[in-house]
Amino acid sequence: MLFEKSNQSIALIDRFLNLVDQSVLLFKEGVKNYVFNNAENFKNNLHSLANLEIESDNIRRDIENTLYTQSLMPQLRGDIMRLFEEMDNIIDLSKKNLFQFDVEMPLIPASLNNDFIKLTEISVSAAESVIPAAKSYFNDPASVNEKIHRVYFYEKETDVLADVIRRKIFREMPDLHLSEKFHLRYFTLHIENISDTAEKVADLLSIMAIKRIV
Amino acid sequence: MLILFFISSGLFLGWSLGANDAANIFGTAVGTRMIKFTRAALIASVFVILGAVLQGSGTTNTLSQLGKVDALGGAFTVALCSAVIVAIMTKNKLPVSTGQAIVGSIVAWCYFTAKPVDYGILTVLVSSWIYGPILGAVFAALLYIFMRRFIRTTTIHVIKLDILIRYALILTGAFGAYSLGANNIANVMGVFVHSASIKINFWTYSFDTIQILFLLGGISIAIGIITYSKKVMETVGGDIMTLTPENAIVVVLAQALVLFIFSSSSLSDLLISIGLPPIPLVPVSSTQVVIGSVLGIGLVKGVQEVKFGVLRNIALGWVLTPILSGLLTFFSLFFVQNVFDIGITDGRQMNSSLSHAAATPIIIHFSNDYLYIVILSILALLGLGMMYLYILFVKSKNKYKLNQEKLTKDKEHVEFHRALSELEVNILSDSYSTGNVNENRKSDLRDFTTSINEIQEYLQSLLDDLKEATNEEDVTLIKQKLEKITLNLKEKSDLSGGFSLFLNKIDGIESIFLKKLRNVYTNLTIDEQKLALLLEFGFSDSEIISIFRLNHGEYESYKNDLRIKLNLTEHADIANFLKSI
Repeated sequence: MLFEKSNQSIALIDRFLNLVDQSVLLFKEGVKNYVFNNAENFKNNLHSLANLEIESDNIRRDIENTLYTQSLMPQLRGDIMRLFEEMDNIIDLSKKNLFQFDVEMPLIPASLNNDFIKLTEISVSAAESVIPAAKSYFNDPASVNEKIHRVYFYEKETDVLADVIRRKIFREMPDLHLSEKFHLRYFTLHIENISDTAEKVADLLSIMAIKRIV
Repeated sequence: MLILFFISSGLFLGWSLGANDAANIFGTAVGTRMIKFTRAALIASVFVILGAVLQGSGTTNTLSQLGKVDALGGAFTVALCSAVIVAIMTKNKLPVSTGQAIVGSIVAWCYFTAKPVDYGILTVLVSSWIYGPILGAVFAALLYIFMRRFIRTTTIHVIKLDILIRYALILTGAFGAYSLGANNIANVMGVFVHSASIKINFWTYSFDTIQILFLLGGISIAIGIITYSKKVMETVGGDIMTLTPENAIVVVLAQALVLFIFSSSSLSDLLISIGLPPIPLVPVSSTQVVIGSVLGIGLVKGVQEVKFGVLRNIALGWVLTPILSGLLTFFSLFFVQNVFDIGITDGRQMNSSLSHAAATPIIIHFSNDYLYIVILSILALLGLGMMYLYILFVKSKNKYKLNQEKLTKDKEHVEFHRALSELEVNILSDSYSTGNVNENRKSDLRDFTTSINEIQEYLQSLLDDLKEATNEEDVTLIKQKLEKITLNLKEKSDLSGGFSLFLNKIDGIESIFLKKLRNVYTNLTIDEQKLALLLEFGFSDSEIISIFRLNHGEYESYKNDLRIKLNLTEHADIANFLKSI
């Protein structure tokens, strides 16, 4: 009875963090399906991601309403809502980027398929690594900094691989038109953005954890 | 009820104490919005009255021994001057000690009336100004170290921890209010103990002077808390050091412990019983103890956290308060005695009716009739209280209902947008495929129209040739023309050239489909690519057979090869698969 209302808020927060995790997984699968021309699966990924994005917005609004109407954590809720906003950006980016694949239909040469998939996997790994750090902020803020170093690692790796791909596109593919090269370049940037956003979340978490400990 | 007039200055002092000192207990909790002000004020009011009534006698005895103010006029003046000084210092936002003000006033009365000052008690009181904050600092430092360790090592969810902190703030606040009432009631009503005489006989039970004074004093403190402490609470905590709710628990608990220790006669007796020296039961300034507690936390965290400039102003207040209070009291006593002709000490006989009225003891008897009135009044008050609580409950329920309705509307709004975005996605994909289909249809129609025109033109030219031939009279020329028409017809019936043209045309088509097909299935031959293209365009098997001039078996073999290279099963529909690329 003492924690009845708080248990609801905790469940909502856990659900939101799970949705962030699911969104990047759907994005990863979506890119794979696009590269390997699995049109039906790709379309399913699009629909699932669109629905997930709406559900996450809904949950974020519920959390905000609950925190403010029940006056929970008046000192921390500003930081927490900012954290959720940044994490929601990961979901929004995943959806937006996958829809870009559908709308613009970039022509990915077969020789770049594996590179694009690897880039996606590493970028998504950065976002996946931020989830346990966010969860531990609520229970064990001292362990947050131990968990976010993986985010920085994957973000750096994403940048390196993206650079390698772009060099390959512009230097080793004379058959591609310049417009196609630019198009592919933008898609590497779209994928990179996910790891960059995850890094922002990690930075924010680091400061929030220090504030709680001090 | 002239006595009420005389004790009104004490009540005013109590009101000042409540307005000023409640911020020490619930200031941070209210300022950080952990607890609402109304709840904090209610809890503080109830517990301060309980503390005053149940445990106020210890410190009152000590203070009354400093200088026995034995006339209501004198007591009235002493309390009034202290209250004025406290009010002025509070208005100027200086933390002020009611105890210091009252000590200064009592000493001034002693000097004015040439009555002895108990310097031993004065020493104990003054030294409490020093070791009170020191003790507060020590308690706070120890509690802070424990609290910090707990916060850093706990794995309780932050939301549950927030709720625990709220309950802790309420409990420590209640304890703090109780200790405040127990320790500081002496400052409010201590001066009237030797001069006032009131007794209420409540059927079988009697309330003596001290109990009545404490109750009235406690109520005045509670009224001060409810009416004026909110403004003071808004500035607490930020003045010396920024306090978090966790630190507020430490500070309030340290303060409550110090005040409780210095007002508990039971604790003092316990120490005596085990052979230890007794704790002096002296009124200690809660403000000073809070400052000491905050300082204790600041020293544990780091000296850079403490704003020493504010400490300087506070120290100045400590020096000025008793001096100013004493001076004001001294001159006020002169006026009260000589201008208003009110006795300020029992030793001087005054002729004014006021003095006589003040000196008369008051005894109130509650008979059975009064008993019923009192019981009915209590019941009425309880009824009003319950009605107020019910109204609060209904209000909060309505507020919750409104919030739920708003949430439902938000959800419907979100569902609407979800449906809209799904529709957009479907329209986007449909329009893409519809557009393609439309384009294809248009091109089909164009081709169809072109071929009809071509046929028409050809037939017209054939007709012209035949007309020419029939108009000729020379048989040789007729034969030549007929041979020419026959040759023409033969050429037209030979479709292989046309089909060759058609196939060459396919080679020129650089569709996205062909590009994707070549990228994914790099092992397809040119003919297989053309076959795939025709299937994707929707040509039937018989049409393709005609174009490629194959027989049925050969065509099926080509299709099978294509099926294998596309990694499809035996019965898979190649055309549908190719259309999905």
